Amino acid sequence: MFAFVISRLLQAIPVMLTVSFISFAMFTYVGDPVSIMLGQDATEAERAALVAQLGLDQPFFVQFLKFIGQAVQGQFGLSYRLSRPVAELIAERAPATLELALCAAFIAMAVGVPMGVYTGLYRNSILSRFFLTFSLIGVSLPTFLIGILLILAFAVGLGWLPSFGRGDVVQIGWWSTGFLTVSGLKAMILPAITLGLFQLTLIMRLVRAEMMEVLRTDYIKFARARGLSNRAINFGHALKNTLVPVITIAGLQLGAIIAFAIVTETVFQWPGMGLLFIQSVGSADVPVMAAYLMLIALVFVTINLIVDLLYYAVDPRLRIGKGAH
Amino acid sequence: MTAPLLEVRNLRVEFPTRRGTLTALHDVSLTIQPGEVLGMVGESGAGKSMTGAAIIGLIEPPGRIAGGQVLLGGRRIDNLPYDQMRHVRGRQIGAIFQDPLTTLNPLYTVGRQLVETITTHLPLNPAQARARAIEWLELVGIPAASQRIDSYPHEFSGGMRQRVVIALALCAEPRLIIADEPTTALDVSIQAQVIALLKRLAREKGTAMLLVTHDMGVIAETADRVAVMYAGRIIEIGPVRQIVKHPRHPYTEGLMASIPPLDRRVERLAAIEGSMPRLSAIPPGCAYNPRCPKVFGRCLTERPELLDAGTTQAACWLHADG
Amino acid sequence: MRGFFDSDLWWSFTRSRITMASAVVAFICIAGSALAPLLAPHDPFDLASLQLMDAFKPPVWTAEGDATYPLGTDDQGRDVLSAIMYGARVSLMVGFSATIFATLLGVMVGLLAGYLGGTTDAVLMRVADIQLTFPSILVALLVDGIVRAALPREVHDQIALFVVIFAIGISEWPKFARTVRGSTLVERNKEYVLAARVIGLGKLPIMLRHVLPNVLGPVLVIGTLNLALAILAEATLSFLGVGVPPTQPSLGTLIRIGNDFLFSGEWWITIFPGISLIVMVLSVNLLGDWLRDALNPKLR
Repeated sequence: MFAFVISRLLQAIPVMLTVSFISFAMFTYVGDPVSIMLGQDATEAERAALVAQLGLDQPFFVQFLKFIGQAVQGQFGLSYRLSRPVAELIAERAPATLELALCAAFIAMAVGVPMGVYTGLYRNSILSRFFLTFSLIGVSLPTFLIGILLILAFAVGLGWLPSFGRGDVVQIGWWSTGFLTVSGLKAMILPAITLGLFQLTLIMRLVRAEMMEVLRTDYIKFARARGLSNRAINFGHALKNTLVPVITIAGLQLGAIIAFAIVTETVFQWPGMGLLFIQSVGSADVPVMAAYLMLIALVFVTINLIVDLLYYAVDPRLRIGKGAH
Repeated sequence: MTAPLLEVRNLRVEFPTRRGTLTALHDVSLTIQPGEVLGMVGESGAGKSMTGAAIIGLIEPPGRIAGGQVLLGGRRIDNLPYDQMRHVRGRQIGAIFQDPLTTLNPLYTVGRQLVETITTHLPLNPAQARARAIEWLELVGIPAASQRIDSYPHEFSGGMRQRVVIALALCAEPRLIIADEPTTALDVSIQAQVIALLKRLAREKGTAMLLVTHDMGVIAETADRVAVMYAGRIIEIGPVRQIVKHPRHPYTEGLMASIPPLDRRVERLAAIEGSMPRLSAIPPGCAYNPRCPKVFGRCLTERPELLDAGTTQAACWLHADG
Repeated sequence: MRGFFDSDLWWSFTRSRITMASAVVAFICIAGSALAPLLAPHDPFDLASLQLMDAFKPPVWTAEGDATYPLGTDDQGRDVLSAIMYGARVSLMVGFSATIFATLLGVMVGLLAGYLGGTTDAVLMRVADIQLTFPSILVALLVDGIVRAALPREVHDQIALFVVIFAIGISEWPKFARTVRGSTLVERNKEYVLAARVIGLGKLPIMLRHVLPNVLGPVLVIGTLNLALAILAEATLSFLGVGVPPTQPSLGTLIRIGNDFLFSGEWWITIFPGISLIVMVLSVNLLGDWLRDALNPKLR
């Protein structure tokens, strides 16, 4: 178990290094931080002083190591656009994005998995056809359009739910949560559905395909030949085997949710990291982009690690290494 | 003559495809007495496995039983609804599949799979079922069964896994076992052990067996009677000794001639010319006529039914006079 | 040609009404947008013809509708139907170009990795793995952001279309590479490839002439489904305001512009481009699904 975790951690290092390198390259070579920070009409002497202060005159690897050292401590410098420390900006907005992503992931899993299992088991029922049609429309609808349509129906048309913002939030330490107020919860509904719907349809299609694949295997046929009940076969044997690959994809989807939050946050003016990022892309605010990239990479690596651990818990074949396959 | 345990009457299995319906089994009829071992041989695609699957009611859709009956102890089982049929499967008829690497669920211990089968069919509590499971693992020759019961399938070798599969097929004490090529996927050195085990257990428990294989050697030493299949039909059926020594159907003759004899050297094994026709292109008359060395006029136009041919029954016009 | 109409593919096509319908819809979308300059009732880019008096006209079937503008007009008096036709043109162009770019790159990398093996394989696939961990929309955003930051604004606006194509294409290639590599590994060890090698054919001819044709089936399926994704990605980028330049509005741009008027009741400016986008993507997705099922006999 311990060795397994260590080996996975070791595998994560190159990923993080690559991403830091890209971030660093962006930081150093994209745009001209000196003229951005000093303005166009600074003197040569001022420029040289800032270059020295930022360490831009030092060799490439020294700069890179310094960058990593600072990144590990969460230091990414000042935002060009807002002139505030990047770490502070992100810390302020992270709770909004994480709460949104969590709710969306919950919706996607809680609805997508049962729908996938059902459509996999009862391929030709009317309800299955309905679900499949629904899922096809789901993957063809861009996230922002779902948001717009939901706003049109529930905010503009019916006036039941707010169309933008987080509602009232409660501050717990540095974490701000929208879960504790009625307006916060109401504000969560539309964005969470918007963000979750696409992943929901993906998960449903994946579970369905996987379920159908498993139902064709010899061990399911053998389970039937042993006279087990349909229930035991479908939910005991087939479902568990289906979930092994589903865990991986679902984990990756959670990462995708955080990335797609960019779009949802834009539609609903949700004050999260995604909105911050998109504003930074628009105005070429490189420090924020670099920090966001590193953070997302960290989230992905963490999710991958958790997925691997879950895998390890579910599939006994991994527990003794490469045994007879 | 006692009442047969299993009786298959005029079984017909069809597969609808885009170019029309294919008939995988035509008019297959056979009986198995309690405790008897019926061997079933033929080339791949002849319908051997299909017959086994049809008896246990597990033909893959879109295939379906289009005619005929399957009776177990005098009761029709081919038309039972799923929930009644599942009390037949495992409890009355056990099944052993070809590849032990794929027939066990990799995510559950062999013990769990045994216990769930036992508790499904027998009135035992989980602790009793577990004790019974260990007994079965010992019976099929798994060493240190009480420890190995909590192992996962991938921790067993192929031969050991097939022993587990045999335990699973027998643990609810069915009256009939359908063994579909139980040794084909195993190493040659292990095949004999597994066959010997199956034979011994069937005899001890008084279980009848339908043994599907293309290995005539296995048939010769295990079966009481043999059915030879060709292109979806049984073309000869009779006691194993007669079939091996005095085959009556030219196809069976060809089959027997292609077995290397142990007692003398031969320069060259006889082989049957050509190959079995595809289901979509079976010639009129006798399906074997394009390859038959003894073919004559009637074979090309009329299809022979099973006819009495002395000690066996053979579907061949050579025996038209009885 | 007769061979084609006798094939399984054509047979399964004629068996599925939905597939035929989506093929017709896709054809209409492509033809309608390709021929937009000929078919569109107005030229939305001809500033001289725009009448601000005609701004915010609702669709023709409503009380204040105007027959000149079947789907109404936007805030500048532009005909929504014409804007959609020209917009779909941009969307489809970017979608196709990005998909072709991703396909070429992915197939090339996949063939090289699968056929050469060794270090080449390890490095290429590691890169693909790392990139696959990030959602493609993020990669596209990032590429777009970097280019935006690296180039002066005027230059960027000029080549913005290519940047979007590049950004989307580069974010999608690993899927192709992985599939092609997998198939190549299988094909490489088949006898016909060994035979070709024995008669002294070089690596490149073997890859192109023998391995490539055998991996095209799955590539076609992924390519079709990817076209839908690329169109969606472009729309998303444009909706976020970082995609195609405002001088060449795509469907995503139209939706973004219309979104500002959603609350004031001018729903048609957003909804019609939205519906067009959905219909287009849905028909492509349906075709892709059908192709996948038809080419994969296991699922039949």
